[in-house]
Amino acid sequence: MLRRLALPVVALALVATFPLAGATFYTELVTKIMIMSIFALSLDLLVGYTGLVSFGHAAYFGVGAYTLAMLTPKAAAAGLWATLGAAVLVAAACAFVVGLFVLRTRGIYFIMVTLAFAQMFYFIFHDTKFGGGSDGRYINIKPDASIAGFVPFDLDRPLQAYYVVLAALVLVFLGLRLVLRSPLGRALQGIRANEQRMRSLGYPVFAYKLASFTLAGALAGLAGYLAAAQFGFVNPEILSWHQSGNVLLMVILGGSATPYGPIVGAFALTLLQEFFSSLTTHWQLWFGATIVLLVLFLPGGLGHLVRRVRRSLSGAGGDG
Amino acid sequence: MAEVVLETRGLTRRFGGLAACDGVAIAVADNGLHALLGPNGAGKSTLINLLSGDLAPSAGSIVYRGTEISHFPPDRRSRLGMGRSYQKTNIFPAFTVYENCRLAAQSRHPRPFAVFADAGADAPTRGRAERGLELAGLAGRAERIAGVLSHGEQRQLEIAMVLATEPRLLLLDEPLAGMGAEESSRMVELLQRLAADHAILLVEHDMDAVFALADTITVMVNGRVLASGAPEAIRANDDVQRAYLGHGEDELG
Amino acid sequence: MEPAVLLIQLLNALQYGLLLFLVASGLTLIFGIMGIINLAHGSFYMIGAYMAFTLSSLTGSLAVAMVLGVVLSVLLGLFLEWALFSHLYRRDHLEQVLLTYGLILIFEELRSLIVGNDVHGVPVPEMFKASIALGETMTYPVYRLVMSGVCLLLAAGMYVLIQRTRLGMMIRAGASNREMVEVLGINVNLVFRLVFALGVALAAFAGMLAAPVSSVYPGMGQQVLIICFVVVVIGGIGSVWGALVAALLIGLVDTFGKVVAPEFAGVAVYLLMAVILLWRPEGLFRRA
Repeated sequence: MLRRLALPVVALALVATFPLAGATFYTELVTKIMIMSIFALSLDLLVGYTGLVSFGHAAYFGVGAYTLAMLTPKAAAAGLWATLGAAVLVAAACAFVVGLFVLRTRGIYFIMVTLAFAQMFYFIFHDTKFGGGSDGRYINIKPDASIAGFVPFDLDRPLQAYYVVLAALVLVFLGLRLVLRSPLGRALQGIRANEQRMRSLGYPVFAYKLASFTLAGALAGLAGYLAAAQFGFVNPEILSWHQSGNVLLMVILGGSATPYGPIVGAFALTLLQEFFSSLTTHWQLWFGATIVLLVLFLPGGLGHLVRRVRRSLSGAGGDG
Repeated sequence: MAEVVLETRGLTRRFGGLAACDGVAIAVADNGLHALLGPNGAGKSTLINLLSGDLAPSAGSIVYRGTEISHFPPDRRSRLGMGRSYQKTNIFPAFTVYENCRLAAQSRHPRPFAVFADAGADAPTRGRAERGLELAGLAGRAERIAGVLSHGEQRQLEIAMVLATEPRLLLLDEPLAGMGAEESSRMVELLQRLAADHAILLVEHDMDAVFALADTITVMVNGRVLASGAPEAIRANDDVQRAYLGHGEDELG
Repeated sequence: MEPAVLLIQLLNALQYGLLLFLVASGLTLIFGIMGIINLAHGSFYMIGAYMAFTLSSLTGSLAVAMVLGVVLSVLLGLFLEWALFSHLYRRDHLEQVLLTYGLILIFEELRSLIVGNDVHGVPVPEMFKASIALGETMTYPVYRLVMSGVCLLLAAGMYVLIQRTRLGMMIRAGASNREMVEVLGINVNLVFRLVFALGVALAAFAGMLAAPVSSVYPGMGQQVLIICFVVVVIGGIGSVWGALVAALLIGLVDTFGKVVAPEFAGVAVYLLMAVILLWRPEGLFRRA
């Protein structure tokens, strides 16, 4: 058990001490990656553990972000805890309502309708004046974290923002581990393995899928909130299907249904994108080609590759 | 006179122009083993699917312990106490034998959406799972991955999972399918033990087993009930003899 | 609404719906017959439109450009199936989604490199430049009527191909039982390659046909793709007939939506999908 924790603990220590050594640019980059990790972890609950491939998860990320933007006054800070709660609730509510519709489908239909519903959200924010239209909205002052006069942290300072996001990531990670070994979590995994059998054993499968979809949406909303708070600006592109495709790639690239896969995927994908875009303006060409090659030759993602390497190194028994 | 736990009236299921089940009326007693016999295509599997909720009826009604359940989904029927096993083994091959049963037992957990409890630690669930495994004779195989079990053991697991849900009525679809002689006799023993304190509706082709185990036999042909009654009465029934002997004795199922 | 205006909107709805049908039919065929979901299908539409632009500028004739374009897109389809898609048949949908998503990025950047990111117009061919009169004051462009006519012809052609020819029979058989068909000596790989090329050509041709009306711009592929998904979801996967009905429905909802409530027109189509999902989760005409 201790051997299994060795690598993650080392990684955590690295991530925790990293900003003390690096420049602000890198601190902010890793903050962004950690936010995307939360986003990817939320999607993996759906994809890896419930067997629901959603191509529209960015909708709830965007709703979380926009909630902060729309609750923030033009020239003052919004209260962090209240707006955070609101963002998560609104994202969860949207996921719940959409889930009522999309969970009636399965397989390929499910992929398509989740995409279509996300597009609907995109159009609402893009075409109407509801969220500021295609120009987006600024969050001029970052949310204020004070509770009854005491200010635990200041999101304006990159270093503090970094540790706040790190704490959120650790909490979400541990929370999901707890959920996955709970009755709900086990049921979801059973549904992914054999939905018909679960139904015949007495499980109300639709209700479980809806619970998973809603929880995943809520966590995506949390990630969106943090992204908006960090970046200070929201626009409809954060709801685009590129965003949905991106986070799905992170989950697959890192290895779905593995504990650290989504986090590894978020790091790998973002760093890959940064690398390619520094080479040429047409970086998406190389990025797209990499995706094609990865799918063709590495379908299990990096997480499974790591597992295979560890297994062959240690003989029998080592697992990811 | 035993109470009736399940009965159907005029139960019909059509696929296009073909009636796989046509006006079927059966009554299953609250205790004992009731067998369904008939040649291939008689509609036995369709009937089981109608009873378990995997198929919706075209007409007719199903009444379980006084409640009209014809349009209840499978999960609701299971929660009411109807357990079903499948002819084609329907387990979770990637999970351990124990986890298969534990997951089945968990379906009776009072707080099914609990998010912070440890699923593996719940004592009542563990108890149900362990009892199911023991009854089915798989207690020694609990830690094996279900997918590597032999065919016969997987059929046993099928039953263990259903038992872990503590059902009142067992719908068993060909539990002996594909089993060798030794495995079969073990399964027959199990069914005998279960028949003592469960209501069982059994679809099977193995004549010897059926006549040895059953308290009641219903014979179906072409989607309809041909005859229903005690084993000796069925054996002596002219219609049944004609329906079977007309095709030769070794084609009985 | 004046009758002439109503007629114009109806004709617009018909034209848009039929064009959508052309693109969506390729998507639903490829999925229904080969089990592959192809996110890059919209890119073929975009490629067709850009081909119409470049080739008609080069040759001076849209008709010649279309002929060349169809030939090129068939070749492209054959190549893509051989190089990439033939490896996807046994893979799960998620992998297909991701791989074809990568393809979209590749196609978009290649277009950017080869032709640039500008918006272009394509002139309507001389013989169709006229407009016919509708009532006292309104007119309607002949070209749009030609578009609808061509789409209908192609739809009829597809029906004949699939239901009445040997190739169509092989396609339908290969879709329902691949191994059996192979055992019978029919080269299923070849059949699938042809079907894929047909799908690509349909989408590209639709793009070429639409170019004079909708102009040629970078985002057109992705826009049409998502609407095509809605068509397929509403119509039922694998059902060409369903795609036709759904596409026409969407044409109506979108066109009249723009007239009645322009801000919400974009959302209207998705609301339609949501309503249909409540009633028929597998589409109006799910495959038996």
